[in-house]
Amino acid sequence: MLPNHEFSPLGDSGVIVKLGDVIDQTTHEKVVTFSEYLQKHPFPGMVEFVPGFTTVTVYYDPILLSDPSSDVIPYERVLAILKKMAEHLPESYAREARLVEIPVCYGGSFGPDLEVVAKHNGISSEEVITIHSSREYLVYMIGFAPGFPYLGGMDERLSTPRRSSPRLSIPMGSVGIGGSQTGIYSIESPGGWQIIGRTPQSLFQPDEHSPSLLRSGDKIRFHPISEGEYDERKKVSS
Amino acid sequence: MSIEVISPGLSTTVQDRGRYGYQQHGVNVGGAMDDLALQMANLLVGNRSTDAVLEITIKGPTLLFQKDMVIAICGGEFSPMIDDQPVLSNRPIWIKTGSVLKLGHAKHGCRAYLAVAGGVDVPLVMGSRSTNLRAGFGGFKGRVLKSGDTLGHHKQSPYSLFLAQHLKNQAGTSPYSHMNWFVSANSYSTTQEAVVRVIRGDQYDDFTEESRHSFFQQSFQVSPRSDRMGYRLTGPTLTLSSPNELISAAVTSGTIQVPPDGQPIILMADRQTIGGYPKIGYVASVDLSVVAQLRPGESVRFVEISLRDAQTALYERKILLKQIKLGMEMNVGWRGER
Repeated sequence: MLPNHEFSPLGDSGVIVKLGDVIDQTTHEKVVTFSEYLQKHPFPGMVEFVPGFTTVTVYYDPILLSDPSSDVIPYERVLAILKKMAEHLPESYAREARLVEIPVCYGGSFGPDLEVVAKHNGISSEEVITIHSSREYLVYMIGFAPGFPYLGGMDERLSTPRRSSPRLSIPMGSVGIGGSQTGIYSIESPGGWQIIGRTPQSLFQPDEHSPSLLRSGDKIRFHPISEGEYDERKKVSS
Repeated sequence: MSIEVISPGLSTTVQDRGRYGYQQHGVNVGGAMDDLALQMANLLVGNRSTDAVLEITIKGPTLLFQKDMVIAICGGEFSPMIDDQPVLSNRPIWIKTGSVLKLGHAKHGCRAYLAVAGGVDVPLVMGSRSTNLRAGFGGFKGRVLKSGDTLGHHKQSPYSLFLAQHLKNQAGTSPYSHMNWFVSANSYSTTQEAVVRVIRGDQYDDFTEESRHSFFQQSFQVSPRSDRMGYRLTGPTLTLSSPNELISAAVTSGTIQVPPDGQPIILMADRQTIGGYPKIGYVASVDLSVVAQLRPGESVRFVEISLRDAQTALYERKILLKQIKLGMEMNVGWRGER
């Protein structure tokens, strides 16, 4: 059951289902459960859904759901379906908890800002690596760019403000810290995060079945590797 | 191969109606900015509405046709010429092997859509032929067209072949011929300012009374920093009654978000999947084509529409397109399969 669920329109082709007010484990589990249910039980006219920190957004086709002989508009039709779903939702899905290891070559030319993060927090570069790679991080959602994970769980001892002026291009696979968040640039893009390393693992492939390596609800752990191992891994994957 | 790019224009890409089902992987929907023009161009040449076309922006390409072909140009007015003779938009055109089609600068609107019978043949990537420029996949090699590229097309529908024969007979020795009728469905505005219908957004009530008033009463100008991701507007500053830190969540095309500088941005086809700025409104889907045809420097004014009316208008457009298709087929004497 989903108490306090709220629904609001996202334009004329979407519904935002709000499942909580703060970013936490409880809300995240509701998001994963609702998403899993939609994945298994798509309704006619549903286009797709996107899990967020505290929301699941459902996109639908208003033309397909139009009935000119009725006063009920497509939005109301979808709302009725989603409310019914929310009532019949299981407590949670026994979903396989995936732990994904992300190899990272820290520092050097791959992590030009490792020193910046160390200095800002008054610790050594080695300590930054140890702290960053000793935790499990939760994938809240994928967005910003194809395959880009929004991660939770970074140690506050690594918090570092974003660069005052963003770089025009950050290479694919770069691992960075921005404020109290950490993340991985899944494609080459501009960005203002402090870059501490790079992974040879690709997070996005334009492929039907699993375009994104990670999905909402996964746990990840960073695993330090040498430059030699990086090159080796890169060769294998290309 | 059937079409050779002599010069590519400013930014010419392959687009269809978008890539759906992958937003949860962070993959933006993309697709034609002006969906109405895409649908119309496809309809005129006898394609399915989902077939891929060329989206042409601000300055058009020059293309050499290596095959007889039926084409149609819809959307913005780019003064198209075949072998240096002006041709007309919004109707089926038959073009002869060896002829050159040249589109100039946008005179009205911002984007033109060129459909070829059969649809542009590029691989389907994750269910779509649209070009994802940011991640570099889909469309033609994941990029804008360049000089020397050659494009093919898929098998033509029986109706396309019928149209081709009809127009070829009419052409005689001319390098092209076209129907003497046209469809009128342009989304660009020839008046002082475009009017766009907007549904109130989630945070509409969180803006000051003055901001809410300005939003629907004053006009906004399209900034030069506008592209397929978003239209940045300049105009009255929109302010929240009190600071409002929002948790990032999924957004949609047409979302009008207001960053801290108070100048709204309309999210368009290549928008990110997630956003965190307050949403003052959503452009009604039927009017996204109007926004897509705005050029930097042009003005736009927002008027309110209810969710009910926005959804009704979308359905009515679908009916209109169906009627145009039937009328067109009747006009050329097509009695074949539908």
